[in-house]
Amino acid sequence: MEKANNFLVGIYDDEDVLLDAVGKVKKSGVKIYECYTPFPVHGLDDAMGYNYSNLPIVGFLCGMTGTICALVMMIGMMGFDWPMDIGGRPYIPLPDFIPITFELTVLLCAFGMTISFFIVSNLNPWSTPRMFDPRSVDHKFVMAIDLADNKQDAASITTILKGSGATEVNKKSFE
Amino acid sequence: MHVTSSVRPPLVTGGKKYEDVTQDICKQVEGAPSTAWKIAFSFSVLIFIYGGYCLWMTWYDGIGMWGLNKTIGWSWDITNFVWWVGIGHAGTLISAVLLLFRQKWRTSINRAAEAMTIFAVICAATFIIAHMGRPWLGYWVLPLPNAFGSLWVNFNSALMWDVFAISTYFSVSLLFWYVGLIPDFATIRERATGIRRVIYGALSFNWDGSAKTWSRYEAVSLVLAGVATPLVLSVHTIVSMDFATSIIPGWHTTIFPPYFVAGAIFSGFAMVLSLMLVTRVLYNLEDYITIEHIESMNKIILTTGSIVGIAYLTEFFMAWYSGVYYEAFAFQNRAFGPYWWAYASMMTCNVVTPQLFWFRKIRRSLVWTFILSIIVNIGMWFERFVIICTSLSRDFIPSSWAMFSPTMYDVGDFLFTFGLFFTCFLLFAKYFPVINMAEVKAIMKSSSEKKQ
Repeated sequence: MEKANNFLVGIYDDEDVLLDAVGKVKKSGVKIYECYTPFPVHGLDDAMGYNYSNLPIVGFLCGMTGTICALVMMIGMMGFDWPMDIGGRPYIPLPDFIPITFELTVLLCAFGMTISFFIVSNLNPWSTPRMFDPRSVDHKFVMAIDLADNKQDAASITTILKGSGATEVNKKSFE
Repeated sequence: MHVTSSVRPPLVTGGKKYEDVTQDICKQVEGAPSTAWKIAFSFSVLIFIYGGYCLWMTWYDGIGMWGLNKTIGWSWDITNFVWWVGIGHAGTLISAVLLLFRQKWRTSINRAAEAMTIFAVICAATFIIAHMGRPWLGYWVLPLPNAFGSLWVNFNSALMWDVFAISTYFSVSLLFWYVGLIPDFATIRERATGIRRVIYGALSFNWDGSAKTWSRYEAVSLVLAGVATPLVLSVHTIVSMDFATSIIPGWHTTIFPPYFVAGAIFSGFAMVLSLMLVTRVLYNLEDYITIEHIESMNKIILTTGSIVGIAYLTEFFMAWYSGVYYEAFAFQNRAFGPYWWAYASMMTCNVVTPQLFWFRKIRRSLVWTFILSIIVNIGMWFERFVIICTSLSRDFIPSSWAMFSPTMYDVGDFLFTFGLFFTCFLLFAKYFPVINMAEVKAIMKSSSEKKQ
């Protein structure tokens, strides 16, 4: 178990105030641990400096795997393992393979990408989330600052958070 | 930043704040079931049990219990299957296609529509399994080597494509629906205590709403919507190919895929409206599902209904223009043969009555919308019945001509799916948030009515 982390939690009432606050707080040299919002706030990922997710690439690769698996399966089964003469038509009728190839591409893309999302974001039914403030999944917008990451003391960070529009600043520590 | 024109009517009325959304939706999940819910649920379960008995008898004694005969080898089973699958098209269409088109009105209805999709596809699958006759051998449709050597399934068959299309559609729709539910489960989790907190905690998948997770969530949603859009179109295309790749007059037409897809959207939206109008009243959701939402859906019904109408006329034209005797006979027989009443019902319900939606007053009237949505669903059932039964009833040899009459097991199996559908939907409406809270909150800045 890592040692107890102490956080300062700024609570904002509005997503646009939070969005501005991220810039302001960063400018004053405070490192933000993470922001928590009840819904996706557009522009917050840019403000926080996050790169665009690589998950679509994972989805593409999984989808390609689906395409290849489907074609290998159908060509292998119908063309080589047990070729059937159906009215003298080709053993490997590619146009007939389009629907299933498409379906398996979509299936593997969707599941591969979503399962990767669950893994990288640590989304699973058995963990208990660290909630800085339960209202962050309801109507408040939360900015968490890890005190260990910052040189400034709690009092000055509190002033910065308040100055950026936070309506409350609370302390929170996790075991 | 989103900018919405000020002339656009608000999508969330009543001057709601973020916490009001949470409160309005969560209170339905948190409170005790209402009397209306209990009555509806008991009724659905009764139908489910009666239908379950009929389905069990069908499985126990075989599909001879149905009214099928040598000429009409497919009837209510496939009619019901196509009808349910069609209904199952609205959910993913609303959440995927409308997401890509940035239609904000989708946010209030997508959750319930997707739930409806999933339950409708389960109902459709019931008929697929049942019509196999020996449902315990259902796994034979999978590409597994059989007991006599490695004789595989035939990938040239449209029925085989259907297996892949329906199962992919079901799994991807379920995934899409569940991913959307996770943030809302977290909202309920934080309000819950005791065992409910444990259950919703597990359902919410450790969701904390961090900016990084939301950013990934958005990326995943967009790609899922991107792949689900062609998927929705592919499913009913492939269902239509079950008929179109055969050589039965009346089925063997290239217009089937687009016409089936339009019909599916048509019936799907009608079912969403029937369900949402009731849910809206019972759950007091008038501020979230506004007349604007209903009007938007009615416009889609009008558009797709007109496409279906044009398709009916095109089929007739092609039957004459192709000069194929059998095709011409099939269509004459549809309209004027012994099943003329089914054809007339289809035409009235699907082509004539939806045209009333040209009138703004009717589009915005709850009573008219409800009545017309039910009529559309009846019409779409008749459409499938007309296509399947009239074409089969007139075989190439007149001595084989026959009519179909359903037995109580045909009716009972259909009732089973109604029982199943409404039982599932009622459970969903009670224990799951019926409106996507996170998405509604996200559009409120731009599309909600401000408190004066």
